[in-house]
Amino acid sequence: MTYISKPRLRHPNLRTNRFGFTHRDYEGAVSTLCAGCGHDSISSAIIQACFELNLPPHRIAKLSGIGCSSKTPTYFLGNSHGFNSVHGRMPSVLTGANLANRDLIYLGISGDGDSASIGLGQFAHSLRRGVNMVYLVENNGVYGLTKGQFSATADRGSKSKKGATNRDAAVDMVMLAMELGATYVARGFAGDKAQLVPLIKGAIVHRGAAFIDCISPCIAFNNHPGSTKGFDYVREHNEAVNRLDVMLPREAITVDYQPGEVEEVTQHDGSVLALRKLADEYDVHDRIAAMHHLQKSKAAGEIVTGVLHVDPEPDDLHANLNTLPTPLNKLTEKELCPGLAALEKFNAAYR
Amino acid sequence: MSQPKVNDFVIKFANVNGSGSASANRLFAKSILRMGVPVSPRNIFPSNIQGLPTWYEVRVSDAGYLGARGGVDLMVAMNPQTWDRDLLGIEPGGYLVYDSTKVLPPTKFREDVNVIGVPLTELCNREYSDPRQRQLFRNMVYVGALGALLAIDIAEMEKLIREQFSSKDSLIAPNIQALHMGHSYAAENFECPIVLEVCRSDRIGKRIFIDGNSAAALGCVYGGATVAAWYPITPSSSLAEAFQRYCRNYRSDRETGKNRFAVIQAEDELASIGMVIGASWNGARAFTCTSGPGISLMQEFIGLAYFAEIPAVIFDVQRGGPSTGMPTRTQQSDLLACAYASHGDTKHVMLFPEDPHECFEFAASAFDYAERLQTPVFVLSDLDIGMNDRLCEPLVWDDSRTYERGKVISHDELEAGADFGRYLDVDGDGITYRTYPGTHPTRGSFFTRGTSKDRYARYSEAGPDYSDNMQRLLRKFDTCRLMLPKPVMRKAHRSTSLGVVCYGSTSPAMNEALDALEEEGLDLNAMRIRAFPFADEVVDFISEHDRVFVIEQNRDAQLRFLLLNECALNPAKLISVLHYDGTPITARYIMQEISSDVAALKPKPKKKVAP
Ligand SMILES: Cc1ncc(C[n+]2csc(CCOP(=O)(O)OP(=O)(O)O)c2C)c(N)n1
Ligand code: SF4
Ligand SMILES: [Mg+2]
Repeated sequence: MTYISKPRLRHPNLRTNRFGFTHRDYEGAVSTLCAGCGHDSISSAIIQACFELNLPPHRIAKLSGIGCSSKTPTYFLGNSHGFNSVHGRMPSVLTGANLANRDLIYLGISGDGDSASIGLGQFAHSLRRGVNMVYLVENNGVYGLTKGQFSATADRGSKSKKGATNRDAAVDMVMLAMELGATYVARGFAGDKAQLVPLIKGAIVHRGAAFIDCISPCIAFNNHPGSTKGFDYVREHNEAVNRLDVMLPREAITVDYQPGEVEEVTQHDGSVLALRKLADEYDVHDRIAAMHHLQKSKAAGEIVTGVLHVDPEPDDLHANLNTLPTPLNKLTEKELCPGLAALEKFNAAYR
Repeated sequence: MSQPKVNDFVIKFANVNGSGSASANRLFAKSILRMGVPVSPRNIFPSNIQGLPTWYEVRVSDAGYLGARGGVDLMVAMNPQTWDRDLLGIEPGGYLVYDSTKVLPPTKFREDVNVIGVPLTELCNREYSDPRQRQLFRNMVYVGALGALLAIDIAEMEKLIREQFSSKDSLIAPNIQALHMGHSYAAENFECPIVLEVCRSDRIGKRIFIDGNSAAALGCVYGGATVAAWYPITPSSSLAEAFQRYCRNYRSDRETGKNRFAVIQAEDELASIGMVIGASWNGARAFTCTSGPGISLMQEFIGLAYFAEIPAVIFDVQRGGPSTGMPTRTQQSDLLACAYASHGDTKHVMLFPEDPHECFEFAASAFDYAERLQTPVFVLSDLDIGMNDRLCEPLVWDDSRTYERGKVISHDELEAGADFGRYLDVDGDGITYRTYPGTHPTRGSFFTRGTSKDRYARYSEAGPDYSDNMQRLLRKFDTCRLMLPKPVMRKAHRSTSLGVVCYGSTSPAMNEALDALEEEGLDLNAMRIRAFPFADEVVDFISEHDRVFVIEQNRDAQLRFLLLNECALNPAKLISVLHYDGTPITARYIMQEISSDVAALKPKPKKKVAP
């Protein structure tokens, strides 16, 4: 397998966004994943979300662990720096990167093996620290890259392609993220791009730890009858609690709603999350009630999707550390080195 | 022991962990320093918070020998649990100072040891009613008594009390009172000074008295580290804690209160090194500090940093291994774990500071090395220098010094059309150019990965691409050798074919041994290695000698292994002297090992055969 770059031919009437970038400017190399893999749909949703948000591609850093899912950053945002780190440890690398430069947008891409199995610890700790990031798990319930073993999100009782039944309880990443204090939590489905794109946009404009659990069927190893992460199964059990539209600051509200139908959540940067409720009793601000609802739905065999929780006033790691607004990587000797005079005083105190 | 021993002896305090003895003992050591006499104290402590025995050993040496000496001339036996062992450790003719409140049977003493009983508990009970005060001031009472017995200027002790409690004024008077209580008791009841005596001298000069972890932490501040991620482990925690403290002092904006640093206590060492790698990738100077077990956990990430060529500074304050080993004892046993950390073919830069002065200097320059070389740099100190106060040259800094950020391509250079290949060896030194994320809208982005790639950072499993990259990494490693601190040489006065090699905290014991061996007529040229990969001088030195002793504080002769593995040397002439019981190596030990080896070499007189 070698790297395949995309032909750079531009279609004459490719639409440009507000910054003059075309959709193509957000693409990456040609995917080498299996044709039809859910992960590719997510990549394309990411491309669209960034395009629609008018993000300068180079101001985004994309980081991942190891797995088919973690390979995808090569296939989108070719003008962004990317970092394919080690299995299960994307969160720490992302945290460090974020500490060094708070001005970039951090996109952490992971898989269910990467985040719920080997990397469960780093997943948890990055969320509880409130790292300002989009943490997206491309959840297929298996280890795709190592050929179909169960991952820790495989549901108890679900069947592998070879017919084995999973006996272990599943890690519910959404519940964990809520519990650990993620301030934006959503669940999407690779098979519903219309729903997914706004979920990603909402996560990007959110200035705190945003987590998206995106169910992403593995065509090769987990899309058969008996699987609970296949396209058909998820379509049948999908219960969206809301539909989201993200509107940028100063942007005219373009979506038509019946009065009373929509709740608008204004984010720190002025962007607006417009939420159209589909499930009456669901309240994205009430974390405890939301968790209760999720538990009940899960027991009923439903897969709840949509924005599951959002805190419009999130704290983030930099706020907690009280770091200055200038990125740390911009500081020089002048701001960092106390100098000889201070050192002489220091020496004198140790005699 | 009737000959007076002036400014040359060892005092040891046997205490119970958590009894508040540490600050009193430190004050005792400092009072001798203030009289112009070098001391080197060592904490000997268990992995425990309260209740288990601890010792504080103070070597007083006008000659300035700062290594552990071995043996004890005066034992302050404050811990009944360890009484028997402590008594046995005293040199014949030495002294035992103890709390004589409770009468002990004669069997509890030794005939060849002078006994000085001070009724510490009784004195304190008479003076204080609060039990905690009784315990705390007891320590100051014995310090006062020692002051009289050893003829230490009590004014220096008083001054130190004032300095120590400058922010807690109310504690000054009662501490001084306790000090005098002990001093008067000893002066009235014993002939002072005893055979051991401190006389004013001027052997300190401008030197400072600091522990290596504090000095290294300050080196990180001076070296421009902005991100630190760590997980608590003895003996390295105090490095991270000191860094945070110094940053609050030096790096908090006076007006806004905003911080020019970020310290994260991570969930484990994997996350610590991951954060360091993420921050360094993104253009900040970042470090972690740990000890052996942490190094073991970091292995996979270290390989990533090596292969993807990301700077990282890692302090390994070594302790006794393997496994949890002897967590509060010293060793130099992580050399191999660091030199070849991670799977696959890897090699890493290591620095070996000898004392706090070098801990500071190497810490600051480690960031330059890491960024210039774009690779992990290990600073290997150990518990002996990391956690003990050591007399050393003052810390130095040149205000014209700038941070060497290495080969980084800027926005303007990209704009001007620079050909950017992340792994393209433009200069032939194996070091390639990098860009920070977010530099330019359309140029200079690349994908960082632990998988193999071509010169333009594109994923490739093609054999030639892989080998090309691995060969370049070797070229880069060769470039390292020219950059790193050179070994320090010490030539014997007479010419000799014998050499000796040491590194790190062995330095003071080595110097003392060399002086003594020379006095006995055994001359050795010495070399202290300060960095890996080895400079050419290292190989030259060994080649120039017939027999070279390699002094180490580990079982498996790890430096010797590295020398043999990395340089074309004759193994037969590298003789190991190994000390690894967890106590710091002594000059006595080194001398004995070298002397007996050399003696065995001398041709034995032929036995006369009876006709
Ligand atoms: C330390 C380590 N152990 C094992 C592996 C092998 N490995 C590679 S990917 C993977 C599982 C990936 O699963 P997931 O994160 O769910 O990604 P998917 O391929 O399903 O998208 C494993 C076990 C590895 N790369 N590193
Ligand atoms: S193995 Fe599964 S997860 Fe991996 S690329 Fe193929 S379909 Fe996608
Ligand atoms: Mg998976």
